[in-house]
Amino acid sequence: MKILVPVKRVVDYNVKVRIKPDGSGVDIANVKMSMNPFDEIAVEEAIRLREKGIATEVVAVSCGIAACQETLRNALALGADRAILVETDAELQPLAVAKLLKALVDKEAPRLVILGKQAIDDDANQTGQMLAGLLGWAQATSASKVEIAAADAAEMTVKREIDGGLETMQVKLPAIITTDLRLNEPRYATLPNIMKAKKKPLDTVKPDALGVDVTPRLATLKVAEPAKRRGGGKVADVQELVAKLRNEAKVI
Amino acid sequence: MTILVIAEHDHTAIKGGTLNAIAAAQKIGGDIHVLVAGHNAAPAAQAAAQIAGVAKVLHADAPHLAGHTAENLAALVVSVAGGYDCIMAAATGFGKNVSPRIAALLDVAQVSEIVEVVAPDTFVRPIYAGNGLATVQAKDAKKVITVRATGFDAVAATGGSAAVESVAATPDTGLSNVTGQELSKSDRPELTAARIVVSGGRGVGNAENFHKLLEPLAAKLNAALGASRAAVDAGFVPNDYQVGQTGKIVAPDLYIAVGISGAIQHLAGMKDSKVIVAINKDADAPIFQIADYGLVADLFEAVPALIAELG
Ligand SMILES: Cc1cc2nc3c(=O)[nH]c(=O)nc-3n(C[C@H](O)[C@H](O)[C@H](O)COP(=O)(O)OP(=O)(O)OC[C@H]3O[C@@H](n4cnc5c(N)ncnc54)[C@H](O)[C@@H]3O)c2cc1C
Repeated sequence: MKILVPVKRVVDYNVKVRIKPDGSGVDIANVKMSMNPFDEIAVEEAIRLREKGIATEVVAVSCGIAACQETLRNALALGADRAILVETDAELQPLAVAKLLKALVDKEAPRLVILGKQAIDDDANQTGQMLAGLLGWAQATSASKVEIAAADAAEMTVKREIDGGLETMQVKLPAIITTDLRLNEPRYATLPNIMKAKKKPLDTVKPDALGVDVTPRLATLKVAEPAKRRGGGKVADVQELVAKLRNEAKVI
Repeated sequence: MTILVIAEHDHTAIKGGTLNAIAAAQKIGGDIHVLVAGHNAAPAAQAAAQIAGVAKVLHADAPHLAGHTAENLAALVVSVAGGYDCIMAAATGFGKNVSPRIAALLDVAQVSEIVEVVAPDTFVRPIYAGNGLATVQAKDAKKVITVRATGFDAVAATGGSAAVESVAATPDTGLSNVTGQELSKSDRPELTAARIVVSGGRGVGNAENFHKLLEPLAAKLNAALGASRAAVDAGFVPNDYQVGQTGKIVAPDLYIAVGISGAIQHLAGMKDSKVIVAINKDADAPIFQIADYGLVADLFEAVPALIAELG
């Protein structure tokens, strides 16, 4: 089976972002950009399924500006077979991305799409579920274990992280999976694989060619910095700590 | 304005987050209806009818609604969505799973994890692990919204007397089935509802230490237990203990971080706590920058001493 893996270019998780002083958004000029960590886990899972003989081809997809090619090259270096960039300078919100991905699914006919459960920039946690809804497919979100018995399997078993613990589901294929942190530990791209990735096919399409209207449905009116906490207080020992919690903070 | 809040329940009782979602619905204003979908969930529907501020309860009952799968639940919600201007759920694992599917089927955007209602179409939501607060205006006529519980004080679980109306279940989509659950059992209060949370990180070392040191401390304070991602990944505690950007969001009166460095992803889940205590042997650990009471100490000495001092 073919697997589609959407990957998003986001501010690296180690960067503490700055809000622009005019409140228009987050300052991402000259900031290190990386593949969304949950998407690395998605790429890894797809590659493992190919290595097990379940998947035949892993296609990485990204939606956004030309620089998303770097993110796709990274996916190719990790082991994806080819890549597609849906290129646009427009602001893309989750519903628009889900529609672009649906158009690609209609063309590429994968039986599995593996996405990250959330992107660490907008923290929306929507795209996978939206894509599943648009396709009328099953969805297995926050997956921590995926078992597919054979390449032509009609269903798979997925363990999902839920608020009370873990849940096991039987899920009909084709389906959507979104990854949680403990699904796997992504490999690092080796230098030879980074070199090889430069020669792998990377196609570009425009949203128009896919017939998708990406007009945003949410208007961001402003972005503000959260109230700063006045931390930094120290206590000398547990006696002082307990006294302060009792008499000053009055929380115990 | 008529608002539908999708209840999260265990077929008997309504989960806490739903009460916060209803509080957010009240801030938007209008008639509030609550949907209870399940199988043999009449007690939960009755409980929903008692919630303060609820005008009507919709109750759908069918075997294929028992597992709360997103596919069947979304189909049901879409079948009743015509009568509503706004569809809301708590931003819990349950709400995050089903709501975006509903939004896509209705061809509208979802506003995720709102923490404030500015106007009926304008909301504040955290982005970048809470390092930014975005004010967003939803332009679709129908709105789909998930609610971060810590942003809204829960409405009272009793005091209401709404009518319960049966609605027809939509057919089984047959797409997925819940076949098992491994729920972690604990005598401790629920993490997102507790007044005090004791959280452990990598510094705690192993599962046995977590058990031996942090459980007695939590018991003494009647606190819930939480953890950093590192502690969960290392297998000290189950996944549902994780606090943070991609775990649970908590804002208790008192949060005690033990052997946690204070990565931004962890802070995202607890920095709105009223009082923060950090116990860490590294005086430069970032957690101290947001702690009200920092104790630079070896946790293996400090925690037993703290338990003793609490008497
Ligand atoms: C996509 C993504 C999502 C993430 N989501 C989350 C999330 O939701 N929640 C989360 O917590 N993390 C999350 N993380 C991970 C986060 O970046 C940190 O790696 C993690 O929080 C570190 O956990 P820790 O503080 O327990 O471990 P460490 O950073 O290793 O800190 C351990 C601390 O223990 C102290 N210590 C050690 N021994 C002792 C002792 N004897 N006495 C006292 N102190 C001691 C050390 O000084 C140190 O400060 C995420 C990361 C990514 C990339």
